[in-house]
Amino acid sequence: MSLKYTAEHEWVQSGADHVTVGITHHAQDALGDVVFVELPEVGKHFKAGDVAGVVESVKAAADVYMPLGGTITEVNEALRDDPALANSDPLGAGWFFKVRLDNAADVDGLMDEAAYQALTA
Amino acid sequence: MSDASSANAPLQTTPLHALHLELGARMVPFAGYSMPVQYPSGLMAEHVHTRTQAGLFDVSHMGQLTLSGPQAALAFESLMPVDVVGLAPGRQRYGLLLNAEGGILDDLMFVNRGDDLFVVVNGARKVADLAHLQQRMGTQCTITPLPDQALLALQGPMAVTALARLVPGVTSLVFMTGASFNWEGVPLFITRSGYTGEDGFEISIAANQADGFARALLAQPEVLPVGLGARNSLRLEAGLCLYGQDLDTTTSPVEAGLTWAIQKSRRSGGERAGGFPGAKRVLRELTQGPTRCRVGLVAQERVPVREHTPLQTPEGTSVGEVCSGLLGPTCNQPIAMAYVPRELSAAGTVLHALVRGKPVPMVVQAMPFVPTRYYRG
Repeated sequence: MSLKYTAEHEWVQSGADHVTVGITHHAQDALGDVVFVELPEVGKHFKAGDVAGVVESVKAAADVYMPLGGTITEVNEALRDDPALANSDPLGAGWFFKVRLDNAADVDGLMDEAAYQALTA
Repeated sequence: MSDASSANAPLQTTPLHALHLELGARMVPFAGYSMPVQYPSGLMAEHVHTRTQAGLFDVSHMGQLTLSGPQAALAFESLMPVDVVGLAPGRQRYGLLLNAEGGILDDLMFVNRGDDLFVVVNGARKVADLAHLQQRMGTQCTITPLPDQALLALQGPMAVTALARLVPGVTSLVFMTGASFNWEGVPLFITRSGYTGEDGFEISIAANQADGFARALLAQPEVLPVGLGARNSLRLEAGLCLYGQDLDTTTSPVEAGLTWAIQKSRRSGGERAGGFPGAKRVLRELTQGPTRCRVGLVAQERVPVREHTPLQTPEGTSVGEVCSGLLGPTCNQPIAMAYVPRELSAAGTVLHALVRGKPVPMVVQAMPFVPTRYYRG
């Protein structure tokens, strides 16, 4: 399954009725060892670009933005308990939250792999 | 230590710059220098390695200088609330340059080398410090900056083992002493001190020999390179102040809890009491107590509480802000330092940090957060 990306260094993976969101390998590398995440409340609705969470390393804190408008359906409780998953497996076990999009077609407007690679090159 | 750096000015590099790049360091501007914030192993691993083995730090951005001449100690003492005259040869001491209001211009370390005083000041303050010393004591002694000396710190419980393979004599040093040595004919001045709370050494070496010596240290199995990121988390766990963040020209040594650095001879009733800038305020605060105090804080939730986070009483009265804070990698909890009114400075006092608007309870706790392990012989 191909991933889509935002300029704020989040990845978005489309599922059957929701998308999964996490931070990119580039983002976790720039932050360093992640020691804390703040995840949104399940059921809460955000607009695209809203701050939906926080990710912190020993030396820095960064906001996690809602990539597209939608409602949070699930958050990664395992990441709350073991924030280092964001470093060790950012595209897998280190996912942040799942969203039911207001408009599923919005995903098509995000960057593809090549565009994101060009952004971070 | 200081994190102040002037924007836009071209960055200086240390004699280990090429080595940092070769080791894959992430370089950041710090005190006007391009400095390694971390190496590929990462801040957490570097921190833990320093607490368990030995970490090598490039601190060549710091200012090194000597003060010489028969009046040097007395002149230096006139600028600090510290006993310089009484410091025995071979001994090192912590010092504080004060302004006329008793505010801290810089914190520093100095050694009585017999022929001179060897002084190490913060990188971001070294130009201002030199001007201050020249103006205030330039006619009483010779002030010699040492821009062609690099400074390395080797810190951690295995530092002595690693360094002694190259420089066997260092085992004779104890905490806060220093002496001259050599490595393959290269002169070194080494003190047994540092800024991590661990046993360790600071090594002054000619800039053009520093790369080779650093490589020889890194070849020791105990030693990994460690960047400024871990240096900051290590010093905060040890309860040590960062100039520019925890100390500045508005904080007095008494407010900062640095009264241990003010020897009896400089206090009221001592042989050379007062006579330093800001003495009136400092001596008054020593007897009457300061209005605010630097305290250590530990969060009761696992949320990092960073610098500038507002602090309030549980009832909601604003009492200041955090000056340094992070999740301590060794103590494994969020720790912070802050200045709070004296009546709120007792251990056990509960304050609320407002993290993104949400109150996080923090408890005042004695520092260090991680026990120091200096080698006192």
